[in-house]
Amino acid sequence: MQTRRSFLGATAAGAAALAAPAAIGQARPRLVVIGGGAGGATMARYVARDAGGAVDVVLIEPTRTYYTCFFSNLYLGGFRDYDSLGHGYGGLATGGVNVVHDTAAGVDRDARTVRLASGPDIAYDALAVAPGIDFRWDSLPGYGVEHQNAMPHAWKGGSQTQLLKAQLEAMRPGGVFVMIAPPNPYRCPPGPYERVSMAAHLLTQINPTAKIIVLDTKKSFSKQALFSEGWAQHYPGMVDWLPPSITEGVQRIDVAAMTVETGFDSFKADVANVIPAQKAGRIAEAAGLTDDSGFCPIVPATMQSALDENVHVLGDAAIAGDMPKSGFSANSQAKAAAMAVRARLTGSRVFPPRYSNTCWSLIATDDGVKVGARYEATGEKIASVDSFISQTGEDAALRKQTYEESLGWYAGITADMFG
Amino acid sequence: MLRYGVLALSLALPAAAPAPAADPERGAALFSECSGCHMVGDGARHRVGPHLNGVFGRRAAGLDGYTYSKDMIRAGADGLEWTPETLDAYIANPRALVTRTRMSYRGMKDPAERADLLAFLRGYSASPRDIPEAPPTAEPTLPAALAGVAGDRDYGEYLASECVTCHQADGSDAGIPSIVGWPEEDFKAALHGYRAKLRANQAMQLIAATLGDEEIASLATFFATHAQQPAAP
Repeated sequence: MQTRRSFLGATAAGAAALAAPAAIGQARPRLVVIGGGAGGATMARYVARDAGGAVDVVLIEPTRTYYTCFFSNLYLGGFRDYDSLGHGYGGLATGGVNVVHDTAAGVDRDARTVRLASGPDIAYDALAVAPGIDFRWDSLPGYGVEHQNAMPHAWKGGSQTQLLKAQLEAMRPGGVFVMIAPPNPYRCPPGPYERVSMAAHLLTQINPTAKIIVLDTKKSFSKQALFSEGWAQHYPGMVDWLPPSITEGVQRIDVAAMTVETGFDSFKADVANVIPAQKAGRIAEAAGLTDDSGFCPIVPATMQSALDENVHVLGDAAIAGDMPKSGFSANSQAKAAAMAVRARLTGSRVFPPRYSNTCWSLIATDDGVKVGARYEATGEKIASVDSFISQTGEDAALRKQTYEESLGWYAGITADMFG
Repeated sequence: MLRYGVLALSLALPAAAPAPAADPERGAALFSECSGCHMVGDGARHRVGPHLNGVFGRRAAGLDGYTYSKDMIRAGADGLEWTPETLDAYIANPRALVTRTRMSYRGMKDPAERADLLAFLRGYSASPRDIPEAPPTAEPTLPAALAGVAGDRDYGEYLASECVTCHQADGSDAGIPSIVGWPEEDFKAALHGYRAKLRANQAMQLIAATLGDEEIASLATFFATHAQQPAAP
């Protein structure tokens, strides 16, 4: 791993030109945000908007169109078209954010600079790191980054989602779709099971004798009673969920043979969706912000890194206590962080942070469910204080309304992120 | 309906300091405020408002053949059921429970009158004996404290950032209702309705549970003035 010290040595000369951080109160302070997803885009937009030009906001994001991972399962199921998941950064640029389409290659926290892959360094007074997740490619023997086309993970939005959908649509009649569900902690706890639902919805229409096998590393999962009820009701006989007590875990993947070996049996797949174990996006580790878990410890009230007060960590990369890794959570955290960073850079007012999350999942047409919670920042962690979950046996009108609510939420949060 | 009034009266008699019993006959007279739009009793049918036979225990927007407002349909789908408590709140201030209800009635402010009206109406619902009286603690109208709290717009602006994750800031109304440009009193009443769990949506009950009077007032101040400002460039 590259240390920030070695990076400093290599770039000290180059950094000097651009890098001298503005002293607070003397010149316009600069916030640099790495990553333009639910955490980063929201933070950049809020600081630029609310500071009214008093803070220079730079967003570093390699892609020009961001495809949301949330709602990508609905595309898989045929409920959304792909283009509806894509969002550009023009609204942020118009709103005063300097959007730099580049990759953050390194962070020097002592010099307070970010190095771009294209070369230059950008100095910051405050930094927000919101890179989402990366995979632990060593977590499943036989499966590596070179295999993600043969067996897509589709756990980052974009081309992988398209690939998995194409493979499902082309699957032979009566074929077997195998999903390897990830271990905790991972992005979007109900996501794998919503994906199973959406794959089942698709296959019921185009390939009704197909089977879906879920090889799970967990003994239970988010909204389990709701999904189990929905699968039995809408897709009888199609879905088998196998916990580790049955499979004794995945031992090895043979990508060429399209088989997954478990302690119990070998499963032959026609289409395989392999979702590996996860960690914070690479730049967080390169910046020395992660702990042994691979994620970043934070200060609960402000989302500042526990290791560096000049840095905030948002979203999936952070260890956000009881908050799940979700777009909703990242958006919620970004607002608390935006308030804190603006206060630090411009002296604006600070109020108690409010953290909340709701995750909607679609099980079948007009059959939506949700789980949500409120959180408070304690000295120790972001702690859940209250929660709700949809109930089994709810009537169709409520489920339809819950689904429609999720559509409203998608429109709301993407407007909130991208302007 | 008279028989229930007698029953209530006879039950109340032994109490040392009896609460005034609801009087369905007075309720029948008060129903004249409603009868321009609502029918109840034999042969009742929908008019401007839906008929009120069997209203206790019914899901909001639960009758066929009547065109309810979008908000009433949402409230019903969320789980709003007409109970003594929710009817009491609705009659006290219809918009506290269902913001854009078609019921253009400003509300019956006297709790005793509402109790009388409900006593009258429960005579037209099945097994009224099994329908509990509205608890005296029901707090359907805005608490005086909340009505008088001044909002802090800056605080409201931060708090509002939580709302616009779902409620679109441009006032779009697809899937989730619009909340921009509401009069402050409506806004306070709605959040109070969720906090008191009279309104049914789970996500909103959760949000409102941790909003104090000051937070609600600040949000109301922010959203009431928000729509009057030009859209952010």
